Amino acid sequence: MSTETAVVIEKKEREPLFSKKNRKLLVDPIDSDNPITVQVLGICSALAVTVQTWPSIVMSIGVIFVAAFSNLIISLLRNTIPPRIRIIVQLVVVSLFVQIVSEILKAYIYDIYLELSVFIGLIITNCIIMGRLEAFALANKPWPSFLDGIGNGLGYGAILIAVGLIREYFGTGGTLFSGTPIEFTMFTFPSVGIMAMPAGACIIVGLLIWAQRARNGYAEESN
Amino acid sequence: MENLVSLGIRSIFIDNMIFAYFLGMCSYLAVSKTVKTSMGLGLAVIFVLTLTVPINYLVYTYFLKEGALTWLSADLAGLDLTFIQLMVFIAVIASFVQLTEMAVEKISPALYASLGIFLPLIAVNCSILGGALFMVQRNFSTLAEATVYGFSSGIGWLLAVVLFAAIRERLKYSNVPKPLKGLGLAFIIVGLMSFAFQTFLGIAL
Repeated sequence: MSTETAVVIEKKEREPLFSKKNRKLLVDPIDSDNPITVQVLGICSALAVTVQTWPSIVMSIGVIFVAAFSNLIISLLRNTIPPRIRIIVQLVVVSLFVQIVSEILKAYIYDIYLELSVFIGLIITNCIIMGRLEAFALANKPWPSFLDGIGNGLGYGAILIAVGLIREYFGTGGTLFSGTPIEFTMFTFPSVGIMAMPAGACIIVGLLIWAQRARNGYAEESN
Repeated sequence: MENLVSLGIRSIFIDNMIFAYFLGMCSYLAVSKTVKTSMGLGLAVIFVLTLTVPINYLVYTYFLKEGALTWLSADLAGLDLTFIQLMVFIAVIASFVQLTEMAVEKISPALYASLGIFLPLIAVNCSILGGALFMVQRNFSTLAEATVYGFSSGIGWLLAVVLFAAIRERLKYSNVPKPLKGLGLAFIIVGLMSFAFQTFLGIAL
């Protein structure tokens, strides 16, 4: 878990809902402060559910929902939670929202629910959620926390969907639109088995990180 | 007995927590900079998994499963509490970790000094909750199976993290393109190691 310092928003009389600062909260995590590639949070599910694109999209929506609302609730409660037991309180709040997501998926899209299997439950221990609660929601007001949750969820989703698209295309030759009228094929080639395997996910994420860091000029000093 | 052994080997090598399911990756990447710290966290993971998987197994079989409460009264036979499963599991894990931390601090300060800092990290390590959820998914029929599963998954995790830390220690001295350094390369190495572990799939058990 990276130790990202919390941005403390000073008190102001009246701030417009989407002030510059708040927009920054929403947009920054998508690229320059991405939870997966920069903050190194929430890697497990990013690798495990991305064999195909649809499950990745569903998973991202789930994480956005949980991140936003648990940030909101914890931020509302931040002055009443005793610091010693805060982890347990956070886990309970997060697990409530994850359970809601899980029940909704089970009711409406059962086949994707089966495909995601334990990884829906594992949103609870997804470090993005806990990391943002610790680093942001405990120190900030509800509305910025809510936006921070959405922003980080979106950043997570962006990577997830990118990996999902790449793995699906090279692994099985399919795209998001396979089986629909807008299906398209750029060129055909034998599918690459390694992309469908766990190993492929790691390598793709590694390469994405490389590309992103090369573009943003970010580098780690030591190993 | 035989199936317990094969379950153990399966969970260490084939269904490895890291290389097959990527559970506990966050702490995996964070502590694997030196072999010593990775060993510490690995042992803590084994300890917590060996105890929480059976505890959650008992909780699941005697409280949560459909019809599990029949031992209390026959009226409750139709009750299915699995919808609170996630909350119960995570509460069990978090309180167990907290209790262990306090107990270890009291009983053995030396152990606490070496293991203590890792214990709070464990409550949010996906491999622990993942162990409990896989336990439900795989329908283990006895407590012994659940215990063996927890223990050997922990060993698999330790094996993965120590191997990876040893590679990373060596990598310090290699000349890597700057943007690839650190995280990017770490991922590619995990990918290659996972690829290597796929060969265990060929073992017939």
